[in-house]
Amino acid sequence: MIINCLLAGVGGQGTVLASKLIAQTALQQGLQVRTSETIGMSQRGGCVASHVRLGDKVYSPLIPLAGADLVIGFEPAEALRYLPYLKPDGVMIVSTTAIKPVSDSLAKTDYRGEDMLEALRAHVQRLVVLDGNAIITACGSPKVLNTALLGAAAEAGVLGFGPAALEETLRAMLPAKYLTMNLNALHVGALAYREGEH
Amino acid sequence: MGNQAIALGAIRAGVGVVTGYPGTPSTEILESVAEHNPGHIYVEWSVNEKSALEVAAGAAYTGQRTMVTMKQVGLNVASDPLMSLAYIGVKGGMVVVVADDPGPISSQTEQDTRHFAAFAKLPIFDPTSPEEAYEMIGDAFEYSEKYGTPVLFRPTTRVCHGRASIETDASIAIVKPEGFIKDPKWTIFPRLSYANHLKLEARTPVLAEEFSTYRFNEVEGSGRRGIATGGVSYAYTKEALARLDADSEADCRLLKIATPHPFPEPLALEFLQSVDEVLVVEELDPVIEKELIQLCGKYHLPVQIYGKLTSHIQQAGENTVESVAKALAAYLDKPAPQVTAFDLPPLPIRPPVLCAGCPHRASFYAVKQAMKGKKAVFSGDIGCYTLGNAKPLEMVDTCLCMGAGITIAQGLQRAEPDAIHFAFVGDSTFFHTGIPGVVNAVYNETRIVVVVLDNATTAMTGFQPHPGTGSTMMGNISAKISIEAVLRAIGVKQIETIDPFDQPGAIAAASRAAAFDGVSAIIYKAPCIAVAPPGPMHVVDPDLCTNCKRCIREIGCPAIVKDGDKVRIDPALCYGCTLCVDICPFGAIHAVGGAK
Repeated sequence: MIINCLLAGVGGQGTVLASKLIAQTALQQGLQVRTSETIGMSQRGGCVASHVRLGDKVYSPLIPLAGADLVIGFEPAEALRYLPYLKPDGVMIVSTTAIKPVSDSLAKTDYRGEDMLEALRAHVQRLVVLDGNAIITACGSPKVLNTALLGAAAEAGVLGFGPAALEETLRAMLPAKYLTMNLNALHVGALAYREGEH
Repeated sequence: MGNQAIALGAIRAGVGVVTGYPGTPSTEILESVAEHNPGHIYVEWSVNEKSALEVAAGAAYTGQRTMVTMKQVGLNVASDPLMSLAYIGVKGGMVVVVADDPGPISSQTEQDTRHFAAFAKLPIFDPTSPEEAYEMIGDAFEYSEKYGTPVLFRPTTRVCHGRASIETDASIAIVKPEGFIKDPKWTIFPRLSYANHLKLEARTPVLAEEFSTYRFNEVEGSGRRGIATGGVSYAYTKEALARLDADSEADCRLLKIATPHPFPEPLALEFLQSVDEVLVVEELDPVIEKELIQLCGKYHLPVQIYGKLTSHIQQAGENTVESVAKALAAYLDKPAPQVTAFDLPPLPIRPPVLCAGCPHRASFYAVKQAMKGKKAVFSGDIGCYTLGNAKPLEMVDTCLCMGAGITIAQGLQRAEPDAIHFAFVGDSTFFHTGIPGVVNAVYNETRIVVVVLDNATTAMTGFQPHPGTGSTMMGNISAKISIEAVLRAIGVKQIETIDPFDQPGAIAAASRAAAFDGVSAIIYKAPCIAVAPPGPMHVVDPDLCTNCKRCIREIGCPAIVKDGDKVRIDPALCYGCTLCVDICPFGAIHAVGGAK
């Protein structure tokens, strides 16, 4: 069996680290892992997508269109951008907190996260909308939104492992000074999934 | 990561000297060797790719195993030593790793290094995955040593930056270099070149024969329809076949080419003799396709070859599982996979931008202010500062290749002497290929302003040290090479070094440099935010802000955002650089608290 998970966000949001956490946890579960990131010229502020593929007989480093069992949108517009990658019966988890690009501030356009969420609600059957601002407040920092979203994904049961397995990975991979904050974020995310809109 | 796999494979193969110059997607190879250095490997970031290749060649003359890393355009810089070294050869195994970038995702060109191998008459290895790269790099050292020749190793972005689970082997091959033995064979002369050219030509068919049984050149499947592929396109092909429910064993015969040069002729001939037609799936140039066409001609084979030359495969950009599946569906008479088209609202575009707090923004803004109303052309170069071309700064009028800004400006000045010609160059690029351009400007008595944007790191590729930083990849502290002293030694008479966040001073320096009759230079010196601590965060005082949005219009800082009618500073992004404080006419932006 193959589980395809795509993480879509904006540079600086920690999508790459989140994909490494999933990969490492899957390895601990004895799964084969293949991942790929679009990095390079995407400085802070550019789009970043991490493809994580779990299971045997995976060849391509990138998930094909309509091939993702799970899309984690770190930002509403980025979630919508990667909608074509979601399987019709796949799960999408999205944070409501929008990040405005400079080009939008310079232009007459006014990007609103709510418009993106509306489109997602119209197209995604298994959509999980999480209040990003509430999560950030509960976690005490925007820097661990990535871990909170992983907590929600693990709780949703689409990764093949639960929050307890992720917690073990966090304990093994993170330096002590970041651990408490990330463990908290993991629980905040899992709780947000249970109480969230889906 | 594929790049780590290459590094670990090279360490296992007993590499002793590793050199390179950073460039996406190759950078992490050398960094990973340094990270996993058992202690006996010498690793350096060289000043440019030509230097890197020559240092590695010298070490390989002694019998040492050496590796050089660079991106595809880096090989253009290193092509002079490579072409000659192909004639001279090496004693220790020498692998030149050149990462190609289909797309391109982070490069100036979509050039194909497989051509360089044929051009230089050198063997080249083309891995399909990180796992294969780990094994293949060891083979590359073996072949290099067996034939006494440098060999090329060409991963592409998706192999370099893809990650996979790999079982590694901790053993390290013992290499005992014989040492440098004096011999006329190390000195290139026309007579020797003639003799060695004959040897090179004689070697190519020998290698073509040997590569036909090389473990990663393979034929799988059966049937009269052929597919030929290589590199990461092999992965896309396998996945696309599964997606089309094609039985790759029964429906088609798949040729995988791991050594595009010398082309494994006996293997490919056997393949061609067993099929009626072939679809060639590859990225960048139709290299495998042309080899197969040539074989069909040579052996009078009535096989139809489809690929890039027949527009069955896209001619530019990356292949994907989707693009390959579409081509294969048509070729194998299978229904094409259906993709749902979504009617989506317009998405915000997110072009890469200079970071909040980036000193380049302040430098560009200072020069822009100084040149307001004057006829000036701004030549740029390769690095983060190429992003200064974006609105609202619009301060990069040209960008060509590493080090070209300084010399392009001189050409522009010869043709348009009435304009003021600025050449922006980063600190690492200055050392890479910038210095000869400044020598040319001074020697030929041109009139340009060289602006060195010195942020104390090689930022674009991930903060590598360089000669101006005072540290090396061996962890040593070396003497910092002063850019100002270099410029002075070359004979630049007007030089000022200033912090670009001192805006009045930075603007005045630009005006003085522009007024100087000759070659002048400004060094805007302020560290990259990635290597310096942030200053105090700033906020917009809503009582003083008139919503004129001058801050947004003038500098385009990603931390300053429109919030409905209001302007606010995103505390997660602000780096406390203070540039916006200088821009606000109403004094509405101020610091809160101490440093982050």
